[in-house]
Amino acid sequence: MLAKYGLRVFALGYLGLLLFIPVAMMFYRVFQEGIGNAWASITSPEGVHAFWLTIEVVAIAVPLNTIFGVVCAVVLVRQRFWGRGLINSVIDLPFAISPVVIGLSLVLVYGIHGWFGGALNDAGIQIIFSTPGIVLATIFVSLPFVVREVVPVLQEIGDEQEQAARTLGASAWQTFWRVTLPAIRWGVVYGVVLATARALGEFGAVSVVAGRISGKTETLPLFVQKEFETFDVAGAYAAAVLLALIALATLFAMSRLNRRQEEN
Amino acid sequence: MTYLSLIVLIPMAAVVESSVSEGLGQFWDSATQPQAIAALKLTLIASLIVTAINAVAGTIIAWVLVRDDFPGKRIVNSLIDLPFALPTVVAGLTLIALYGDDSPFGINAAFTVFGVGLALLFVTLPFVIRAVQPVLLELDREMEEAAASLGARSTTIFRRIVLPNLAPAILAGVALAFARAIGEFGSLVLISGNVPFETEVASVFIFGQIESGTETGAAAVSVVLLAIALIVLFVIGLVARRVTRHAR
Repeated sequence: MLAKYGLRVFALGYLGLLLFIPVAMMFYRVFQEGIGNAWASITSPEGVHAFWLTIEVVAIAVPLNTIFGVVCAVVLVRQRFWGRGLINSVIDLPFAISPVVIGLSLVLVYGIHGWFGGALNDAGIQIIFSTPGIVLATIFVSLPFVVREVVPVLQEIGDEQEQAARTLGASAWQTFWRVTLPAIRWGVVYGVVLATARALGEFGAVSVVAGRISGKTETLPLFVQKEFETFDVAGAYAAAVLLALIALATLFAMSRLNRRQEEN
Repeated sequence: MTYLSLIVLIPMAAVVESSVSEGLGQFWDSATQPQAIAALKLTLIASLIVTAINAVAGTIIAWVLVRDDFPGKRIVNSLIDLPFALPTVVAGLTLIALYGDDSPFGINAAFTVFGVGLALLFVTLPFVIRAVQPVLLELDREMEEAAASLGARSTTIFRRIVLPNLAPAILAGVALAFARAIGEFGSLVLISGNVPFETEVASVFIFGQIESGTETGAAAVSVVLLAIALIVLFVIGLVARRVTRHAR
C-alpha cells in the first residue's frame, strides 16, 4: 500500500515539476506581464507577419506531405520492390537527425554556394533566407508523420477488399478513392494533426534557413526567441502561449481521434 | 522518390560531402577543435544521463498510469504528449518561467548545465512512457499473481517477471529518447545560454559555425554527431535483441 502511494506521488511529482507547473507558470507570466502588453506585442506588425507566415508555410508543407505520405505508405505496404527497406529507413531519418543539421543540409544544397543554389540563383530563384527555404525545412521535419500513421492501418486492413473491387472491374483510381482511402482516413487525419503540430512549431531547421529577417522570414517560433532575446519578455510569453494553445488543441484533437478509432 | 531525394537524400549527401570537401585533415581539425570536443562531450554525457533518468522515471510513470487509479488520471494521461505537441522554443520558455532568474522556487537553472539537463528531460519525457504503456496494458497479470501466491515478494516479482517483459519496450523508448536528446536544439537555445566550453551543446555549436560562415566545420561536427547517434542506437539495438532472446 505504501509502495503504491509512493510510486503515485513520485510519478505525479515528477510530471508536476517537469511539465505541469512550468506550463501553468508560463500562462501565469502572461497575466503578470499584463494582457495589454502581451496583446500589443503579438499584434505588432512583426508579430502579425510572423503569424501569417507560419500559417502560409504550414498550408503548403502539410498538404504536400499528406499526399506524399499516403502515396508512399500505399507503395511501401502494397508493393514489393528492390530498395524498399532502404526507403523505409530513409523516411525515419528526419526523426533521428538534429534539426540544425537538417537546416545545414538544405543550406549546402540550396544555398547560394550550394549544389543547386548557384543555378537557381541565376534563374532568379532564392530559396535559402526566404519563404521556399522555410517551406522545405518544414516539409523535411514533418515528413514521416503521415507515412508512419498510415502504414500500420494499411497493413491491418489487408488488401482483400481492394482485390474484390478490382475483380469487379474498378480502375486503380476508383479502388483507391472508394475502398482504400475511406479505410485509412482516420490514420491520415491523425498523421496530419501530428505533422501540423510539428510544422507550426519547428524552430531549429527553420532558424538555420530563414536568416530571421524580422517581418520577412520570421515565423512564430523565431519571433518568440527574438522577443525573448531583445528583452521583450511579455511579447515572448504572449507568442509562446499562443503556440501552446495550438499545441493543447492538437492534444485535444488527438485524444478525440483516439477515442473514435477505439469505437470503430 | 524524387520528392524524397530532393528533400532528404541529396541534402544529407551534401552534409557528408561538405565535411570532407577540404580534405580529411581539415575534417579532423574541425571535428577535434577544443570547442567542438567540449560541445560533443557535454551532448553525449547529458544525453546519456537524461536517457537513464527517462528509463527509470518513464517506467514508473507508465506503471502508475496503467496499474494505479486516481482522480484526473485521464487528463494526466493525455497531457503526457504535451512535450511532443509544444514547439521546442516554447518548451525552453516554459522551463525558464519556472526555473529561470525570477523563479518562484528560487532555483536558477538558466545558463547552467542543470538547465540543459532539464530541457532535455522535458522534450524526451513521452518516449519511454508511450513505449512501455501498451506493453504493460497487454501484460498478463496471472503470472504476477502466480508468483505472489508462491510467496515471491513484490520486488522479486517486479525484477524477475515484470521487468524482463517490459525491457524491450523500455529500450525502444530509450533509443528514441537518446536520438532526440543528442540532436536537440530549440529548447536549449534560451535556457542554456550557450556558453562555449560550459553549456554549449553540439547542435548549438553547429548553429554557431553556420552563422559564422564556416559551413565545412559545421558539417564535420554534424557527421560526428550522426555517427555517435548511429553507434549508440546500434548498441541499444544489440542490447534489445539480447534481452528479447533472454526473455524468451
